[in-house]
Amino acid sequence: MTDYIAEMLERVPDKLLPLDAWHRARGGRMVSFAGYQMPVQYEGVMAEHLWTRENAGLFDVSHMGQALLTGEAPDVALETIVPGEILKLAVNRLRYSLLLDDNGGILDDLMITRRERDLYLVVNGACKYDDLAHMRETFPDEVVITLLDERALFALQGPKAGEALASIIPETAALYFMQAGAFAFEGVPVWISRSGYTGEDGFEISIDCDHAVALADRLCAIESVKPIGLGARDSLRLEAGLPLYGHDLDENTSPVEGDLGFAISKRRRTEGGFAGSGRVLGELTKGASRKRVGLTVQGRQPVREGAALFLGDQPVGTVTSGGFAPSIGAPIAMGFVASAHAALGSALEAEVRGKRIAVTVTAMPFVPHRYHRPVTA
Amino acid sequence: MSRYFTEEHEWVEVEGDVATVGITEYAQQQLGDVVFVDVPTEGKQFDKGDEAAVVESVKAASDVYSPVSGTIVEGNDVLADEPALVNTDPEGDGWFFKLELTDTSELDGLMDEAGYKKYVAGL
Repeated sequence: MTDYIAEMLERVPDKLLPLDAWHRARGGRMVSFAGYQMPVQYEGVMAEHLWTRENAGLFDVSHMGQALLTGEAPDVALETIVPGEILKLAVNRLRYSLLLDDNGGILDDLMITRRERDLYLVVNGACKYDDLAHMRETFPDEVVITLLDERALFALQGPKAGEALASIIPETAALYFMQAGAFAFEGVPVWISRSGYTGEDGFEISIDCDHAVALADRLCAIESVKPIGLGARDSLRLEAGLPLYGHDLDENTSPVEGDLGFAISKRRRTEGGFAGSGRVLGELTKGASRKRVGLTVQGRQPVREGAALFLGDQPVGTVTSGGFAPSIGAPIAMGFVASAHAALGSALEAEVRGKRIAVTVTAMPFVPHRYHRPVTA
Repeated sequence: MSRYFTEEHEWVEVEGDVATVGITEYAQQQLGDVVFVDVPTEGKQFDKGDEAAVVESVKAASDVYSPVSGTIVEGNDVLADEPALVNTDPEGDGWFFKLELTDTSELDGLMDEAGYKKYVAGL
């Protein structure tokens, strides 16, 4: 064996995270991801995954791109390339959205927050320079785009995340899911949103790189908080049914194919006026030819990215993410299937190393979301 | 009885003309949590370097190559229900398969324990 080990041992000149030494000191096994040396695991993917579902996990996601849009009407400009409602997005609220090309293909997925003086964006690490270049090309000169490359970004996720963060910054207890605000940590300004990508309650915390180690140390000194690597981040988001850009979504995928219709806001559905809106609105009405679905897998063998899906001899799709789900104790997968075979309960087969494995189209998330929302009467 | 090691992080324990094959402690650490193992069935024949088994961790699938040529006399069926044995006891109960050696001289090209330790230390 094994290809995997060779891959793990390969050392290419990557950029280092502000917390690089911090991760190594905690036993983080560093791998190349999105042009950075990133911790894939500390004590082990399975243990870290389960810890996050029961306690709180601290993820260093400083490789992701943080950017500000300022100047003249950045919301109007942004609405030309995303299908979400940005004009009426309230201050200190955030929204998941999609950066679209002229064909309605997804260039990236991102979080957009309206703040008092700007729009704050968080985009994927592997796409950040392309995203900014695309915005610069598309936006009027009066819109100013600033990459916040001196800021670190953490995600604190899990059912004990709220309690843990409130023990350091009590005011954060007032935030509900998809709300954000400016706070202070030991006198240092931090920007915190109640959001994340694990399906659990949690926060994303933006802080100046110079103070990132102090914050990570302070959080990990709390009994319920442990550092968690990329491996568990991937299995957590897969169980939560959340797509990973570059795997489940790419520029050949439209929002409707990606089953992300919720990201196309009501007003935009009638008004259109965003890149690729002709195709996207057409697909909303008539349906797309293929769709992103969840798959349960028979047996124990994981079905992974790239596996072809069949109905008898007929190829009907491809797996785009798959693996073992620690919270379920069985393999699960996500993939694209021809719409005719994408109905819940549809019985298909995945081809893995020349063998056929039975899979069934199933509703996502695989593990229920537990976001912190206001209790409604 | 002697134990040999490969650069692909397999161990080979030879008793008479039967070799037991598994992956090393170093290999299991690199793989992480093993969730699935597919071992070959009795009677299958392999040349040295053929893909003989599959081991899957939470993150990735890896091939296990036959370190020597031979015919399978037994696969470790316990691993189907307890794949985690590869993590807890990789160089004991977590063995993968036993095969009858075709050519014992192939063992000459493998490392002994001291040689393997040195090899791993250099990685």
